[in-house]
Amino acid sequence: MNAFVTIIHRDLLLVMRRKSEVLTALFFFVVVTSLFPLGIGADAALLRKIAPGVLWVAALLSTLLGLQRMFAADYADGALEQLILTPQSLVLLVSGKVAAHWLVSGLPLVILAPIIGIQFDLDASSLYVLMASLLLGTPVLSLLGSIGAALTLGVRGGSVLMSLLIMPLYIPVLIFGAGAVYANSVGLDITGHFSLLGALLILALAFVPWVSAAALKIAIE
Amino acid sequence: MTTTISATSSQSNDVLQALALTCVRGERQLFHALDLEVKSGECLHVRGANGVGKTSLLRLLTGLSKPESGDVLWNHHSIQEDPKQYHRELLFLGHRDALKEDLTALENLEMYAALDGISITSEQALASLWRFGLRGREELPVHYLSAGQKRRVLMARMAIRQAKLWILDEPFNALDVDAVQALQNLIAEHLRLGGLVVFTSHQEIVLPQMRVLEL
Repeated sequence: MNAFVTIIHRDLLLVMRRKSEVLTALFFFVVVTSLFPLGIGADAALLRKIAPGVLWVAALLSTLLGLQRMFAADYADGALEQLILTPQSLVLLVSGKVAAHWLVSGLPLVILAPIIGIQFDLDASSLYVLMASLLLGTPVLSLLGSIGAALTLGVRGGSVLMSLLIMPLYIPVLIFGAGAVYANSVGLDITGHFSLLGALLILALAFVPWVSAAALKIAIE
Repeated sequence: MTTTISATSSQSNDVLQALALTCVRGERQLFHALDLEVKSGECLHVRGANGVGKTSLLRLLTGLSKPESGDVLWNHHSIQEDPKQYHRELLFLGHRDALKEDLTALENLEMYAALDGISITSEQALASLWRFGLRGREELPVHYLSAGQKRRVLMARMAIRQAKLWILDEPFNALDVDAVQALQNLIAEHLRLGGLVVFTSHQEIVLPQMRVLEL
């Protein structure tokens, strides 16, 4: 468990020393979501209707922007080899790196979402549901993304390939995440959406670290 | 294989063996049926022309890559059996320095110590950096250091790592005369304490209990 905390601490420290990479992804999220109300105009009913989809798609794309960062730097400077050669479980280290990634690229989206949501004229209950769906969904995005980031290490044009690999896997999260907000706005029951998002999160937590660790070992050979 | 007996001060009897290693990279077979044995207090200098497979051999010995055939044994057990135990005894330094450029030398050392599962105090880490001529540069991000100074940070890491087996890929690169001497002393001290060293270098290195393997 110590290693888990150490690797999170290390990755967060690295992010603090080079903030621009993370801020780019967050700025992207803010700008893209702000462009829609500006482009569409003051049609409040339409904005309310497209808000869940727009916010979720923007969250998904901004996660993709930062994904390449997860292992690429460690791979390039040889630190990944050293991580594999420590007497720690690689699965634990991978989990730590995913957690650190979520803390800097997923959690800020959850916090920013209600502010962005106001631009779309979302009411308070929609904002809560939006935040909750992002809170459950963005960790899944980071987890699934780690598979793509690990598989495309050392591949030329890896980031494009990674996007193509990972996007289809993000579809269920998008459907249930955006679906929850939409269902809430039309007065439908949302427990089903949240149950499915929770199930996706548990499944991803249970399997993804092992898959990513295996992919890293292949990449390093 | 000749083995001159290791220094008297060594208490441990560790042995690294490679049995009939074959390494294939792409279409090319780099070496075939290679045997080697290194015991406590011994040092193996792997030499050969560029591209002959020195780095590949070292990576096979660490377990980072798997041989086409053959096996690597640590204390008569395959290193695949219990990789964690093997990694606890192993320090591998590749030709990339693996230091995080945005962290300071001290932070790098402490981070690797924590990941390697050894507890050191800041004073110990600092003392180790000072020993290798980095006094006054402990708090500088590593990317402000020269190539040679980065290697000196790695030497500080070697000194505090408490590993039995050192596998070093080109450790003498980019070092000035003083640092080459300091690294030789460090390796000699490690051997005296019963450690094992496998390294590659194109330089003429003189160390006690050293054998040369020409690939």
